[in-house]
Amino acid sequence: MRKILEIRWHGRGGQGSKTASILLGKVAAKTGKNIQAFPEYGPERMGAPVLAYNRISDDLITLHCQVTEPSIVAVLDPTLLEVVDVTEGVPDDGIIIVNVGMEPKELKEKLEFKGEVYTVDAYGISTEEIGAPFPNTPMLGALIKAADLLDFDKFLEEVKKEFKKKFAHKPEVVDGNMNSIKRAYEEVRS
Amino acid sequence: MSSKVALTGNEALAQAMRQINPDVVAAYPITPQTAMVQTFSQFVADGEVDTEYVTVESEHSAMSATVGASAAGARAMTATAANGLALMWEVLYIASGTRLPIVMPVVNRALSGPINIHCDHSDAMGARDSGWIQLYAENAQEAYDNAIQALRISEHKDVMLPTMVNLDGFITSHAVESLEILADSDVKEFIGEYKAEHHLLDSKNPIAVGPLDLQDFYFEHKMQQSIAMENSKEVILEVAKEYKELSGREYEFFEEYKLDDAEIGIVALNSTAGTAKGAVDNLREQGVKAGLLKIRVYRPFPGEEIAEVLKSLKAVAVLDRAESFSTNGGPVFGDIRSILYNIKADVEVVNYIYGLGGRDIKVGEIESVYRDLEEIIDSGNVKNRVSHLGVRE
Amino acid sequence: MIKPGDGYKSIPKGGLILEGGNAKRYNTGGWRTKKPVLDKDRCINCHLCWAFCPDVSILSKDGVVSDQIDYDHCKGCGICANECPVNAIEMVKE
Repeated sequence: MRKILEIRWHGRGGQGSKTASILLGKVAAKTGKNIQAFPEYGPERMGAPVLAYNRISDDLITLHCQVTEPSIVAVLDPTLLEVVDVTEGVPDDGIIIVNVGMEPKELKEKLEFKGEVYTVDAYGISTEEIGAPFPNTPMLGALIKAADLLDFDKFLEEVKKEFKKKFAHKPEVVDGNMNSIKRAYEEVRS
Repeated sequence: MSSKVALTGNEALAQAMRQINPDVVAAYPITPQTAMVQTFSQFVADGEVDTEYVTVESEHSAMSATVGASAAGARAMTATAANGLALMWEVLYIASGTRLPIVMPVVNRALSGPINIHCDHSDAMGARDSGWIQLYAENAQEAYDNAIQALRISEHKDVMLPTMVNLDGFITSHAVESLEILADSDVKEFIGEYKAEHHLLDSKNPIAVGPLDLQDFYFEHKMQQSIAMENSKEVILEVAKEYKELSGREYEFFEEYKLDDAEIGIVALNSTAGTAKGAVDNLREQGVKAGLLKIRVYRPFPGEEIAEVLKSLKAVAVLDRAESFSTNGGPVFGDIRSILYNIKADVEVVNYIYGLGGRDIKVGEIESVYRDLEEIIDSGNVKNRVSHLGVRE
Repeated sequence: MIKPGDGYKSIPKGGLILEGGNAKRYNTGGWRTKKPVLDKDRCINCHLCWAFCPDVSILSKDGVVSDQIDYDHCKGCGICANECPVNAIEMVKE
C-alpha cells in the first residue's frame, strides 16, 4: 500500500476548517508532495460541526473515498469535544491537536486517547494578532509543529504567497495571520 | 512550460476553458458545476479571454444559445450537471443531430428526486444515447486533459459531434488535487483555430440549418451520425497520441490497471476507479490476482477492445453509479455483458450498483466485490447477478 | 444539389442545406384548388397583393403589378384576393 498521510479537521461552519485544509494542501503541493484537500460535502451551515480532510503523499494519490482513519486530527473549536468523537478512527499512534486552554495531559485523559495530544489557545492568539477569533491559521502553525509535517520556514514562505493571493483585496490581514501561525507554532503544548 | 498546481476539479476545468478561449460560452450555474462557470465568468470580466459570455436564464437556453453560436461558426462551450443536463435534453439531440462540435463539461450528480446534489452518474448515463461523445475522468488532471482533447475530437472533420467531459460531482469538482496544467501557448497551438466548414454567418455561401427532415432523409442523417461516432474512435486515439507528445500523459479508450495476469477484474468509471486501484493494490499484496479496467471513452463504446481485454479473466464485476431501473442492472453492465456475449467469452459478469446520491464507496467495499468474484469462481455459481453495494436494508 | 433518393454518403451532414433560395425548385403550384386571376382593368396597382403573397407569386415589373401570376409556386391561399381593396383578384376553380 502506498504511504499516504491522512488528516481530519474538525470545525464549525464558518471557522475556516476547509480553508485550512486547502491552505495546507496547496503549500504541501508547492513542496512537491501530491495532495488532496476536501471538505465533508454537505449543507453549509454556520456554526454546525463540519469536517475537512487532507491526504498528503510522495506518491500519486488515487483514493477518492472519505478519510476514515486519519493519523492526525485538528480540532478548531473546544466545544466540539462535547458533541463529536474527535478520536474516531484515529490509530493509537495518531496525533490530536485541539484549540483549547486545557493542559494536554488533562485532555488526553478526557479523550481516553492513547496517542499524542497537543493543545494551543488558537482563539487567544488570533484575537490578539488578527483582532477576531479565527482559529484556522493558528491551528495550521500548531499542526505543522506537532506533526513535524513540513519545513517550517518553507511553509511560512509559501503560505505567505497564498495569503497575498487570497487577501489581495485586504492585504492588512496578511501579517496578523502570519503572526498567528508563528505564535501557535511556538506556543503549542504537548 | 506546464506547471504543477493544486486546484479543485472545477478550477482546473475553468483553467482549461480559459486556455481554450472559446468564442461563446452560454452557461447557467448549478451545483456542483457552479464554481467552474463562476471562475470562468471572472476570466471574462477580467478580460483574460475574448469570450462572449451569455448569461442565460436556464439550461435549456444555455444549450440553445450554444447551438446557435456553434451553427454561426463559433467555438462554443457550456457546462452543467444533473437537473441542468436534464433540462437541456431535447437540445442535446439538436446539437448532435446538427453535427455541432460543442464541448461541455458535465459535473456528474444525482438526478432529483428526492432532491440530492451529490455524485452519481444518473445524469450522464441518461444522456448516453443522445449522440454525444462521452469522456470520463478519474481525477481533476484527467478531466482537464479530456477537455482539451475533446475540442480536437469534436471539431475533427470526420467526427463533428459534441462531447461531454464528465467528472464526479464534489469528489472531483470540489476537492483540491495536484495536477499539471499546460502552458497557455501550448493549448492554443494544440487546439488550433476552429474554422467551421459551413456556418450561418458566411454571407457569401448562405445555408439553412435545422430544416424539417422527414421520412425521406432523416434516417440518412442518423446513419451519418452513427458513422461519425464510429470515425471518432480513430480520432480519439490520434488526438491522444498527439496529446501525449505535448503533455507526457497517456490516454486510450480505457486504462488497464494490473490486468495482465489478473483472474478477477472490476470495470469502473470516474473517481471510483482511483479508489479501486487502492483495493487492487491491497489484494495484490495478499496474492490475489485482481485487476481494474477504467473506462475513459464510454460513447462511442469501445466494445471490441474491451472484450479483448476482459475475455481472459474468469469473473468481472461492473460497477454502475446509476440505476437503470430495468431490473437487469445498470447501463455499463448491459454494455459489457453484451460485448462479451458477442465473442462468446467464458467470463462470469456481475453488476454492482453503488454510490447513488453521493454515498461514499470505500476501499474495503471494493475489496468485498473482489472477494465475491473469488467465490463465484470457487463455487461456479452466481448468487446475485445484480447487487446494490452499500445500501442499508 | 440534393435529389430525392440520394443516400447518406452524398448528402450534407446534419440536415444542412448548402444553398440559398432553393425553394424556387419546389413547385408548390400543385397544391392549389383555386387560382387567383387578376383583372387589370380594376387593379389600382397598390401592390398590397404583391406584399402579402407568402410565395412571392405575384410578380411586379418596373413598378407595375403583372397579371402573369407565378402559378408554379402559387398555392392558391387566396390572401391576395382577400387583401385587394378593389376586388380585382378573383379565386377561380382550377
